[in-house]
Amino acid sequence: MEEIIATVRLALRALARNKMRSTLTMLGIIIGVGAVIAMVALGQGAQEQVQQQIAAMGSNMLFVGAGSMNKGGLRMGWGNTQTLVMDDVQAIMRECPAVELAAPGAGAGAQVVFGNDNWGTRINGTEPQYFEIREWAFSEGTPFTQDDVTQAANVAVVGETVRKNLFGAVEPVGQTIRINNLPFKVVGVLIPKGQSAAMGDDQDDTIVIPITTLQKKITGQNWLRYISVSAKSKSASYAAQQQITGLLRDRHKIRPGQDDDFGVRNLADLAGAADEAGAVLTLLLAIVASISLLVGGIGIMNIMLVSVTERTREIGIRMAIGATESDVHRQFLIEAVTLSFIGGAVGILLGLLSAFLIPRIFGWAVSVSMVALVGAVVFSVLVGVFFGFYPARKAARLNPIEALRYE
Amino acid sequence: MANAVSSAVEPITPASTPADAVIRVEEVHKYYELGTNRVHALRGVTLEVVRGEFVAVMGASGSGKSTFMNILGCLDQPSSGRYLLEGTDVSTLNKKQLAAIRNQKIGFVFQGFNLLARTTALENTELPAFYARVSQQERLRRAKAALEMVGLGDRMDHFPSQLSGGQQQRVAIARALVNQPAILLADEPTGNLDSRTSVEVMEIFQRLNNERGLTIVLVTHELDIANFAKRAIVFRDGKIKKDDLIAGRAIAEKVLKTMPALED
Repeated sequence: MEEIIATVRLALRALARNKMRSTLTMLGIIIGVGAVIAMVALGQGAQEQVQQQIAAMGSNMLFVGAGSMNKGGLRMGWGNTQTLVMDDVQAIMRECPAVELAAPGAGAGAQVVFGNDNWGTRINGTEPQYFEIREWAFSEGTPFTQDDVTQAANVAVVGETVRKNLFGAVEPVGQTIRINNLPFKVVGVLIPKGQSAAMGDDQDDTIVIPITTLQKKITGQNWLRYISVSAKSKSASYAAQQQITGLLRDRHKIRPGQDDDFGVRNLADLAGAADEAGAVLTLLLAIVASISLLVGGIGIMNIMLVSVTERTREIGIRMAIGATESDVHRQFLIEAVTLSFIGGAVGILLGLLSAFLIPRIFGWAVSVSMVALVGAVVFSVLVGVFFGFYPARKAARLNPIEALRYE
Repeated sequence: MANAVSSAVEPITPASTPADAVIRVEEVHKYYELGTNRVHALRGVTLEVVRGEFVAVMGASGSGKSTFMNILGCLDQPSSGRYLLEGTDVSTLNKKQLAAIRNQKIGFVFQGFNLLARTTALENTELPAFYARVSQQERLRRAKAALEMVGLGDRMDHFPSQLSGGQQQRVAIARALVNQPAILLADEPTGNLDSRTSVEVMEIFQRLNNERGLTIVLVTHELDIANFAKRAIVFRDGKIKKDDLIAGRAIAEKVLKTMPALED
């Protein structure tokens, strides 16, 4: 240990002898490590943002969508079957133990009028538990009630985007809007949820009305496009998915081997997919940044080779008085590692500074992880070992007689 | 082998080897391959040096004396023949073992001093002890004692660039002594020094030889420097040409008194 400390001190002194050169060499590592930390922070920041958005959709949520229909070999795509119906919703609630709540869903695009303003949006029909499933709170007013559903009442809940575009400064609750020329009373305004992470569309650009009202007065269709389901817990969501699949296949009389006429999507899967995409992004950024670290390593190798040549005589003296090959090897290796380690430490400061400045200048989310910090330093030390190895070996293999004679 | 010393021509058996034969060289040859040419640098050298001897090695350039010194110093190995240093056959050792022998048993003093630049006299002196894995305290103690012995106790923190040639050579001598070697090998130690400083260095050598019984092998081409030794060996064409005891040996201490003092 004492030997290592003495060798490190020796290395520091050797590096201090050529301050300009050492600093420039370190700069490669400083920039490399700084870039790795900043880029990984950026990638992880983006990842966390996506995760937050998915969590905002309702964490235990599942979607059951109407499936694709196979008409004589012509597959029609999602949402084209007419087999998903209200009875399915009740059956799911009744027969799937992992399911907490289920709400029907169907929709239609419509032009909505309030006073002199109009706005094209999507009308979604459902039942009140839909807001619970999606963990969607109200900024004003209340949801419509089960009675409203039973009576197919003309009541509506508006999303934030609709409120902004249709009402402006006017208080929406209690106002009457017209959808397809039918008057609807606004009972509530939903809090903004932002863009959906999965689809990228504006979740707040919506009007929600009772499913019965939608089916009877607007679309005239009695089938559903989707069913929103909440599982009893996050871990129950896979069980819920399987129970629903089994139940619906049974109810829709699908024979074994035949394709489902519906699809169940699990938000945990969605989160996993988004996570994976984010991880790939982070990895890509880290790889690009690592290339600069690699270039920094080549800089170290270059300078160490110059240093070995310049100090040939010193190496000869050391060998003559008893330094072994491994002593000389260690000396130059530690010198290279010292260069890369100091570069790594300064690079961390640079990376942290960037991670501090990026959100303030560009408004991007960053997340600095301890793993990236430690990893960057470890990697920079490894770079020093890797690129210092060849010059150190070259020094150790010198012939002492020739080295002593070197001018 | 008419020129060889009497003890070396006798048949060599372990029984006839006295315990204090420090250097024992037997029929050593050294060839170098230069392209397709084979250069024969040593053509069968046999020599014995006992403890406490002070041998001057002389010869023109190309006589093989440098090759011989490299072999004595374990910087090089013979192509054939044996070299026993304190009874250990070093001609078969690997690089690591040779480094240990250089470190423990041999003290080098070079013509060009060969001190590490920007490294203090004390640190230069410590270096062999560092490679011998001696503890820092012990290293410091030994290095200080060695520097005091060569009269540089007051200049331990000086860098080589702040020292005169004679002082630098004395640091090199202190460095050579710090691991208490079996032999001191000095390769033209006075080649870069003026005449008075040269005699001063010889005075240190004679003192070490007399007071401590240190075995010294000194390469020089100057006859008056060789005269400070006890025995002179002359190389020619890769062989030992002459091997004589020096009659009328010069005593450095006395010579110094006859020389005018120069400002150092």
